[in-house]
Amino acid sequence: MSALGSGSWTQRLLLGALGLGGFLVAWQLATWGNGITDVPGPRLTFQGLVELATAGVLWKNIVASVFRVAWGFCLAAAVGIPLGMWMGWSRHGTLLLNPLIQTLRPISPIAWIPFAVVIFGGSDFYLRGRILFDASDSSAIFLIFLASFFPIVTATTSAVQSIEQKYLRSAANFGVRGVQLLRRVILPAALPQILTGLRLALGIAWVVIVAAEMLGVTSGLGFQVNDSRNNLRMDYVAAAMVVIGLVGLGLDLAMSSLESQALARRGMSRR
Amino acid sequence: MSTESTQREKIRVQGVYKSFATKKGTVQVLDGVNLSVREGEFLAIVGPSGCGKSTLLNCMAGFERISQGSIQIDGVEVQHPDPKRVFVFQETGIFPWLSVWDNVGFGVQGLGYEAKHEHVMKYIRLVGLDGFEKSLPAELSGGMKQRVEFARALAVEPDVLYLDEPFGALDAFTRIEMRREIVRIWRETGKTCILVTHDVAEALELADRVAIMTRRPAVVHSVMEVDRPRPRDSDDPAFREWKDQIFSILGVERSV
Repeated sequence: MSALGSGSWTQRLLLGALGLGGFLVAWQLATWGNGITDVPGPRLTFQGLVELATAGVLWKNIVASVFRVAWGFCLAAAVGIPLGMWMGWSRHGTLLLNPLIQTLRPISPIAWIPFAVVIFGGSDFYLRGRILFDASDSSAIFLIFLASFFPIVTATTSAVQSIEQKYLRSAANFGVRGVQLLRRVILPAALPQILTGLRLALGIAWVVIVAAEMLGVTSGLGFQVNDSRNNLRMDYVAAAMVVIGLVGLGLDLAMSSLESQALARRGMSRR
Repeated sequence: MSTESTQREKIRVQGVYKSFATKKGTVQVLDGVNLSVREGEFLAIVGPSGCGKSTLLNCMAGFERISQGSIQIDGVEVQHPDPKRVFVFQETGIFPWLSVWDNVGFGVQGLGYEAKHEHVMKYIRLVGLDGFEKSLPAELSGGMKQRVEFARALAVEPDVLYLDEPFGALDAFTRIEMRREIVRIWRETGKTCILVTHDVAEALELADRVAIMTRRPAVVHSVMEVDRPRPRDSDDPAFREWKDQIFSILGVERSV
């Protein structure tokens, strides 16, 4: 437990609820008398949330968004972790690719939307004759890939570069090299920092998915926001925002529990 | 009890030069070091901080290449690290993601599980850690981690142990205990031990012979025979004399 997150269980629950309750009151007061075409208050938002949930669209949109994020994020990890390890290990790899990656990294994935649509907008992906994701999915997945790829590569590179020399020398001393070195020393030594990078990347991916779904798709939480706005249902917009926040919180909790498990194993727990 | 070491030469360091290229130019660290290590002896290398004694040890282990000269073990030039000679790091180099058992067994190869378990447990017992084989390093004290590192080194049955200030990170009480332990392990296993330390008293307490290195660029000034029976007493008046002698060689005024 860090100093900031400490406190007894009840204290944390009470103070958390107080902060949330205070926000709800302020929200209610600021939006007093507003209808569903204006900024809605908490009650209207909650009603909208119930309507969306009972109509079944909410669940469908959550699944669509999570599906795209999962694909884009996993592909980014599958490419980014090996590439980052190579870059961290080989001086030439760093010199060759780091300037390129550090230049591409600050470009918001949103800026790629026009190209994503041009490149992936017309192609469905099939696996054994069944459609895996359609054209609109693939451009969103591409954007998520971009959003998560750079933090993953950067974190993995620096994780491998910062492995303590004594661990590498120990391995060399015991004649451990090649694939064994990778599996038994480099990967476990770099793992905590890689997990931190993955967590960061997933957070960014979840932020970007909403924007990525505002164009050219007919499902997902981003679509829900955009579609509700077009129908002047601001209560649905706010309801979708609440859901985006809750799902994002859930994803982050899942990643951070993975991370703290890995850290706790070596006595480095943070919370 | 220097009779425990034979007179056979194990390691010969001859005319070793080592320089590092830095941004400010070349730094000469070793300036023609000569040293002979006998098989089975406990040799300590003392010298002021930053004099290059750790560099010498790293070169003897094959982690770093020498610029000029020769380092031979059993008549063979040292080219790269080898499990026949194991390095014990300043702050332990055991792997925090592996249990005690996995750490000790890290370098053990070519044994089936049963044989490996027996082998690993033998060394865990040797360093007095039975019962902790499943523990992770994070759950152990500094001294216990040091024991794990000794066990990991010994488990590959090396001829030579390189000890790079292995007690530096320990508290004073644990340090005394671990010094006693390393002497016991050394006598039980008969390995050639080379200890690098800046602690002159520690060198005199542990070693058969003490090699004195000068400031950078360093040479081995002289080698002192510590002909005292073990267990040794640090209040031994002979130690005091030797200590003064070493300090005067290093050009240090001992009284404050």
